[in-house]
Amino acid sequence: MSSPPIAARQSPLGWARRNLFRSRWDAAVTVVAAVLVGYAVVRAVRFVFVTGRWEIVRVNLKLLMVGRFPDQHLLRVSVAVVVAAGVGGLVAGCLHRRQADAGRLVWRPPGAVWAIRAFVARSWPLLLVTLLVLSLTSTPGPWVTAGAALAALVVARLLGTRLPKQLHAVIFVGAALAPFLLVWYLADAVGWDGWGGLMLNVFIAVTSIVLCFPLGVLAALGRRSSMPVVRGLSTVTIELVRGAPLFVLLLMANVALGFFVPPDQAPGRVARAIVVFTIFTAAYLAEIVRGGLQSLPPGQEEAAKALGLSPVRVTFLVVLPQALRNVIPAQVGQFISLFKDTTLAGAAMTLFELLQVGQSVTAQGPFAGQALLPEAFAFVGLLFWTGAYTMSRESQRLERRLGVGQR
Amino acid sequence: MARPGGRPPLWRDVRVLRVAFQLMVLAAAGGVLAYLVGNVRENSERLGIPTGFGFLDNPAQFPIPDSGFRQTQPVRDAIWHGLLNTLRVSLLGIVAATLLGIAVGVARLSGNWLVRNAARVYVEGLRNIPLLLLIVFAYIGVALTSFPRVDRAWEPFGLAVVSNRGVVLPWYDDGGPWLLAGVVVAAVAAWGIARWRRAVNDRTGRPEHTLRWAAPAVVAALAAGWLLSGASVTVPELEGRIVTGGTRISPEFFAILAALVLYTASHIAEIVRGSIQAVPLGQSEAAEALALSPFQRLRFVVLPQALRTAVPPMGNQYLNLTKNSTLGAVVSYYELARVTSISVGNGAPAVPAYLLTLGLFVILSLLLSLVVNLVNRRLALVTR
Repeated sequence: MSSPPIAARQSPLGWARRNLFRSRWDAAVTVVAAVLVGYAVVRAVRFVFVTGRWEIVRVNLKLLMVGRFPDQHLLRVSVAVVVAAGVGGLVAGCLHRRQADAGRLVWRPPGAVWAIRAFVARSWPLLLVTLLVLSLTSTPGPWVTAGAALAALVVARLLGTRLPKQLHAVIFVGAALAPFLLVWYLADAVGWDGWGGLMLNVFIAVTSIVLCFPLGVLAALGRRSSMPVVRGLSTVTIELVRGAPLFVLLLMANVALGFFVPPDQAPGRVARAIVVFTIFTAAYLAEIVRGGLQSLPPGQEEAAKALGLSPVRVTFLVVLPQALRNVIPAQVGQFISLFKDTTLAGAAMTLFELLQVGQSVTAQGPFAGQALLPEAFAFVGLLFWTGAYTMSRESQRLERRLGVGQR
Repeated sequence: MARPGGRPPLWRDVRVLRVAFQLMVLAAAGGVLAYLVGNVRENSERLGIPTGFGFLDNPAQFPIPDSGFRQTQPVRDAIWHGLLNTLRVSLLGIVAATLLGIAVGVARLSGNWLVRNAARVYVEGLRNIPLLLLIVFAYIGVALTSFPRVDRAWEPFGLAVVSNRGVVLPWYDDGGPWLLAGVVVAAVAAWGIARWRRAVNDRTGRPEHTLRWAAPAVVAALAAGWLLSGASVTVPELEGRIVTGGTRISPEFFAILAALVLYTASHIAEIVRGSIQAVPLGQSEAAEALALSPFQRLRFVVLPQALRTAVPPMGNQYLNLTKNSTLGAVVSYYELARVTSISVGNGAPAVPAYLLTLGLFVILSLLLSLVVNLVNRRLALVTR
């Protein structure tokens, strides 16, 4: 490789001329934009550091994060967070090992410094916001939890790369079961309908994602089926659900879902929300997966058939893995929407999720009537933004890792 | 392996298996449906709730602000007004979000560092926060608390009155039909002139100059409509605490429309950016070689090709916007979802009422995707 061209190195003045003042017209645009942007930046900085009254977030932090979860059971939340981090780290370690063995890793210099640098580069938004939240706490509990979670993550990640490969199957099955065990462990203390805050948003989103995935894939396969009845039913169901607004479905589930089941089996509010989110996201996911299926050259399926694989194996070993890989960004985009849309459950079913908490702490209690909505919503928005942004970053990373468009 | 003269046994005959499987699926689906319907019927009977659509004729018992609807009118009319409100916010929102989205999408690829990054912050910021947060903030945080009380209302250029009771804009009074006729004539004239200039251009190669030809005709048609109608502009005026003249945009409508537009525009901007980047660089370079100005390059070479690939995903955003307009219910904007949920609260049976609303939305969605498909087919590249 040769050294960069000389033109690439330029003085700040040259840079400004190239990027801000290329022509008279461009200069005028820059001046106008600079005034507007400058005004917005000054307002934002003043809001964050001078005028913003952040006590409302500090005082209500627990409410925003976990709702009205009783204090004596908060330990369970901590344990769940630490265990989840550990399981995640373990799986990441195992996957890393498998990728390394398959020779699919980009080489990176060994050593802790590089590992830490890569970790920070990968998850800085999440780390920053975690630090911000921790700095607002008044008790040591969250600090201990975060520290333990980080430690569990690191230890499990290192352990994962060193465990014998025979254990991988056990680990993956355990990791698949872990969410259910954790939910059971938490729900054992306080039922779902008593959950709230960010915890509830994450719970609804994760559960719906897990449940909608098989449903959506099945519907997509059904829509591509050669059997007219299966195809027709799948198509009609998908299109009907996609034509309906999520908010109306949630409103309907809130008052009318009880009518569709026997009187003694009416589910709780959180369960209703999960049912709606699952069905709704499955319909969208089905269309995304269908796109992935259509993007696959027919030769793949024909070759698999020619090898004598059964139809089930053709679908699950050859077609689906490639089809799903091809549409990772769209799938993650849908899951991001789902995460953001969990706020609708708060408005439609009066669930005490993050946005509802943020709104109600400005309307009730000691901070009522002080017009503190901007402060509360800035914090709530930051949490959602971080979650969504992290998901989209991870999807880009996963896409690169799986070599979409390269293989 | 075909055995000569013999067919495989029934349980291994693919044709039989296919029919049997489909019958099974049909039976299962029918069973689930029958179970659900049966439960609804049983539960409704037990609770003494009617299951039909008879509730549509009952009095609604609630008024709808900013419309002629009074509470003695039947639920049917309430739903009709709700539908109109949904359509109003959706159509306005689609137009505004498209314009803003294209502008921001183009700005994201600007050569100007400041413009490019401002657009990027806007898109990345808004795309990743919940729409509901924007709507509630636009309502409570902006329209109700940041806008001044009416006795201290802002009056930008003396043309509008902005207060926490809503935004009052200049409007016309009476003469509606003639004005509408003027707009229709202007639109038809513009369309006809555009076609004629296109034909001239195709035949002779002379420049189209559509705008130069069409503008006088459009202005003339609009002016004629205006004069014939005898309408006059009314500018809102503030007298103490009372605003006279103009047309009022309620805080609710302002909040839902502003939030929908800002949010959807951030998604459209990403679509526009993606499809501009999908236009081969050679197109832009060739246009530059022909000495087209940057604006001409964008207007005549890049955007026409980019928008072609952008139509299907933009259609999806329009559908989303229409469905998201139901969130107006959260800020007391009387669109379909709010009308339905209030009707149900006033005693309308929940299942039929919500099924009706869902049905209306499915029809709306189908109509909208029909339009998008037609446009798409019209714009699609004709290949051999």
